[in-house]
Amino acid sequence: MNDLGWIDPILGAARPRVMGALLRYFRTLDTAEEAFQEACLRALKSWPQNGPPRDAAAWLILVGRNAAMDQVRRQAKQTELPDEAVLSDLDDAEASLADRLDGEHYKDDILRLLFICCHPELPATQQIALALRIVCGLSVKQIAQAFLVGEAAMEQRITRAKARIGNAGVAFETPGAPERAERLAAVAAMIYLLFNEGYSSSSSREAEARKPLAEEAIWLGRLLLRLFPAEPEIMGLTALMLLQRARAKARFDGDGNVVLLEDQDRSLWSRPRIAEGLALIDKSMRHRRPGPYQIQAAIAALHARAQRAEDTDWAQIDLLYANLERLQPSPVVTLNRAVAVSKVKGPQAALEMLEPLGERLKGYFYFHGVKGALLEQLERPLEAREAFGRAIALATSPAEAAHIRQHLDRLSC
Amino acid sequence: MLYAILCYNSEEAIGAWSRDHHDETMARLYAVNDKLARQGRLGPVARLLPTTAATTLRKGREEMVIDGPFAETKEQLLGFYVIDCASLEEALDTAKELAKANPGTGSYEIRPVAEFHPSQLPESTPAS
Repeated sequence: MNDLGWIDPILGAARPRVMGALLRYFRTLDTAEEAFQEACLRALKSWPQNGPPRDAAAWLILVGRNAAMDQVRRQAKQTELPDEAVLSDLDDAEASLADRLDGEHYKDDILRLLFICCHPELPATQQIALALRIVCGLSVKQIAQAFLVGEAAMEQRITRAKARIGNAGVAFETPGAPERAERLAAVAAMIYLLFNEGYSSSSSREAEARKPLAEEAIWLGRLLLRLFPAEPEIMGLTALMLLQRARAKARFDGDGNVVLLEDQDRSLWSRPRIAEGLALIDKSMRHRRPGPYQIQAAIAALHARAQRAEDTDWAQIDLLYANLERLQPSPVVTLNRAVAVSKVKGPQAALEMLEPLGERLKGYFYFHGVKGALLEQLERPLEAREAFGRAIALATSPAEAAHIRQHLDRLSC
Repeated sequence: MLYAILCYNSEEAIGAWSRDHHDETMARLYAVNDKLARQGRLGPVARLLPTTAATTLRKGREEMVIDGPFAETKEQLLGFYVIDCASLEEALDTAKELAKANPGTGSYEIRPVAEFHPSQLPESTPAS
């Protein structure tokens, strides 16, 4: 291989750690990004001749830091009033560089880098876009494509997000244990959001465009796990994403329409992803500290373990949803549980569970879809038709509407 | 003489490979595998899941189960087993059985296997 293709993955892998360290030195995202860019340029010049350094991240941190400091000094000479805060930070950074490169600092550096992307003032889509740009290193163009928006609009979104967090102020001291746990939870939520953004597509073409989002989310999940290997919820989150992503190839038919879980060709499921997801759940369960991600992953695991749809252990899934309802009460969780209950106790019991949800879920496509299917099973065609009619009105994609229409066609036979 | 070739690389870098790069690389590796198999020189080959899926059993007066891969730099890889287990618990039980048979220092890293190709060596191949 004589091209430079081998360098990119190394730079990509080192990025979170290098950006995390550079952000701690320079305290602003823009300076850290410029420093990282410069370090990458120098790597592309130096590595093909000298070979990659043993510790690529440490090399990039040093080179990026020096390059940015030169830049700051040059600017300081040209400017009448040098920014003293920045300069004193730099001196401080230089003095303790050696011990900062060692030890556990880099874990908090990366966590901080992810955490600033999760700033509560940022809307969810901006959090995700920022993390993709800053941590994963996707280009604005790539991010725009995945979000199905124009490049200029995405550029603006990211610039605005950066400006917002620039004013917000983030603690740069090493966080204490409770603060670290809080940061970890916020970052996990952002990663799962990113995953869902990539996963919740309603057509195969959309899914293809959004695929990088789901892949980056899994990459970030593994990154967090390497930093915090004994956190059962991070194991659960990563397992959940892997197990859902394992079904990617089976989720759409030849025409690009959604195929429901029970109708999917399970031979298309990715075995390595399932194996990794199951291994992570096994690990997390040893901790006996269940949480929402672990429970959802355990549910996904029961689907993954079933060779055929009819082998699914619905009783166990019902139990897991009951646990999830307790930990994280939500009408959508109850709706999902009702589906499991319909398989275990029949449609009547499930329908009774739906009754109290009607008010809160009346604008939710799946609610009416599930209700219609239950009524259909109970041979109450008129009510079923009405529920399906509502579902169609709420469908957000042709595929969703087409699926409901199949039900309606069956009812008319 | 049988030799084991142990594969090392940064899994973060491997994880950042594009699908195409991954597929091309695997195709080249499989071509080597095929050649070795035709020559009757290929033993079992395994690809392991990422270290994030690993658990480590630390031997000692009190055994300790640690999340994550083996991380000591003062100990060396001395050998490996491939065992079939229904769960991580069963794999850990087996590792504990080994630790009982060979107590003292050291660790067993338990890592799920992503891909396994059984031995294609002729049965008469001597172990040494």
